[in-house]
Amino acid sequence: MKSAWERVEIARQADRPKTLDYIEKVFDDFIELHGDRSYGDDKAIIGGIAVLEGIPITVIGEQKGKNAKENIERNFGMPEPEGYRKALRLMKQAEKFNRPIITFIDTPGAYPGMGAEERGQGEAIARNIMEMSGLKVPIICVVIGEGSSGGALAIGVGDRIVMLENSIYSILSPEGFASILYKDSSKAKEAAENMKITAKDLQKLGIVDHIIKEQNNENQIDFEKVIVTLKSYIRKTIKELQKLDKDDLLKARYEKYRKIY
Amino acid sequence: MVINKVRKVNEKEEISVKNEAASDRMIGKWVKCESCGEILYKEEVHQNLSVCPSCGKHFRLSSRRRIEQIADRNTFKEIASDILTKDPLNFAGYLNKVKALKEKTNLQEAVTCGICKIDGEQCVLAVMDGNFLMGSMGSAVGERITIAVETAIENKLPLIIFCVSGGARMQEGMVSLMQMAKTASAIKKLQDEGILYISVLTDPTTGGVTASFASLGDIILAEPDALIGFAGPRVIEQTIKQELPPEFQKSEFLLEHGFIDKIVERKEMKHTIGKLLKYHKPVKGSECK
Repeated sequence: MKSAWERVEIARQADRPKTLDYIEKVFDDFIELHGDRSYGDDKAIIGGIAVLEGIPITVIGEQKGKNAKENIERNFGMPEPEGYRKALRLMKQAEKFNRPIITFIDTPGAYPGMGAEERGQGEAIARNIMEMSGLKVPIICVVIGEGSSGGALAIGVGDRIVMLENSIYSILSPEGFASILYKDSSKAKEAAENMKITAKDLQKLGIVDHIIKEQNNENQIDFEKVIVTLKSYIRKTIKELQKLDKDDLLKARYEKYRKIY
Repeated sequence: MVINKVRKVNEKEEISVKNEAASDRMIGKWVKCESCGEILYKEEVHQNLSVCPSCGKHFRLSSRRRIEQIADRNTFKEIASDILTKDPLNFAGYLNKVKALKEKTNLQEAVTCGICKIDGEQCVLAVMDGNFLMGSMGSAVGERITIAVETAIENKLPLIIFCVSGGARMQEGMVSLMQMAKTASAIKKLQDEGILYISVLTDPTTGGVTASFASLGDIILAEPDALIGFAGPRVIEQTIKQELPPEFQKSEFLLEHGFIDKIVERKEMKHTIGKLLKYHKPVKGSECK
């Protein structure tokens, strides 16, 4: 059994597969679509249309880089409001054309910059969360690495919340948590153990629906195997969700969050 | 690096909480205005809706005083008062801290909800309180807000929420984060039912509350000079490595950037809300067939 902190380190590995790797391997023929139609195109969030066994799917995800150059381009996977607004635009488009939505979550958080605040970071996140609760198409959210704070939740409201075995999902980083509650950021390891941020802990809390095994004993993910499992889970779950009528789909989604107390 | 700054923010918040608690408990008869430095007679400040008679600074308000100021006399009937703090992380010391706060503040949690009349108009009113763990949203706050929203839907009543919050409550971890989804989903239902929701932002409204129900009002009002934002100022300063201008993330700044509808002084708040409630009453025969 890995400790929570070990999983934090794995989830943050630079060479761990990122959103684009998943889009490429799980789906065929991805066409990326850009821009929020209001201000700009945020490269920390990727979105577009891809095909899963003949069915068009809207795919959205937070994109971290694997090296310094990529990370600068992707702002370390920290979206600005226009990234969230692009995501919402594409999700509304998915609803219009009846496409299921798959999101990939991998972010240290929404970007805390001046411009982001000026352009309504809080409003952008709030609106996404609210609108996602009402989209009349199936939504599956997959945490592939680091899911942190409202910046993760802003593309994370759906019918199924899935986590990779060694991904984490937290209210803020263990370092931030330790510095606020223990007044000592060096206690991040201890914080990680107490915060219930692993897939298993969150499944017990009823927040996460399904865990994808990473199929290995080492700290390296067996990506090929993960893709096979994830692909079959997505295919099966979309079919399952598409059987529901739209009101029942939304009722179940509401209930899913309503019961968390 | 970010971490050191986070700690500083926290220390500052703690200090302001202490100040606030002290001012609210009325130790001694005099208080110094934190804004203009004027020495004020406390009773006079309270008579003046906790606004500095000298410079107009709006002091932070307890939920009890807020309800007194906003609801018509003797109309407020509390709901969801049986919803109490939970401890999903079994976080050391958390429930003891809450217990001590309950005794000190005479509050059960960081939000009080009820049905009341404002200028004669029946509505659901939720008022957050910064004296209770900085008005942070854990499972009980999320549940109370959601019950308030659902009560508004069931009774077809307009909803007013006075926000003051440091964000999602750390001590309850991911369960707190999920309250953002829960409350925002409930607001979505309210919107689909065509029911009015007025959100009032007061000093400070930040983090997960800004990023959920606070930003989702049909009409968003704010008190003057309130700090409103997603990320805290210190975290931003650390990220961009420069000092923020003093007006940054203040109500006036948000108004200018298009994120709130109107800044309303405390003495005008009740009347403004009353007027908005009247504007949204259904008018017979005025709808398209």
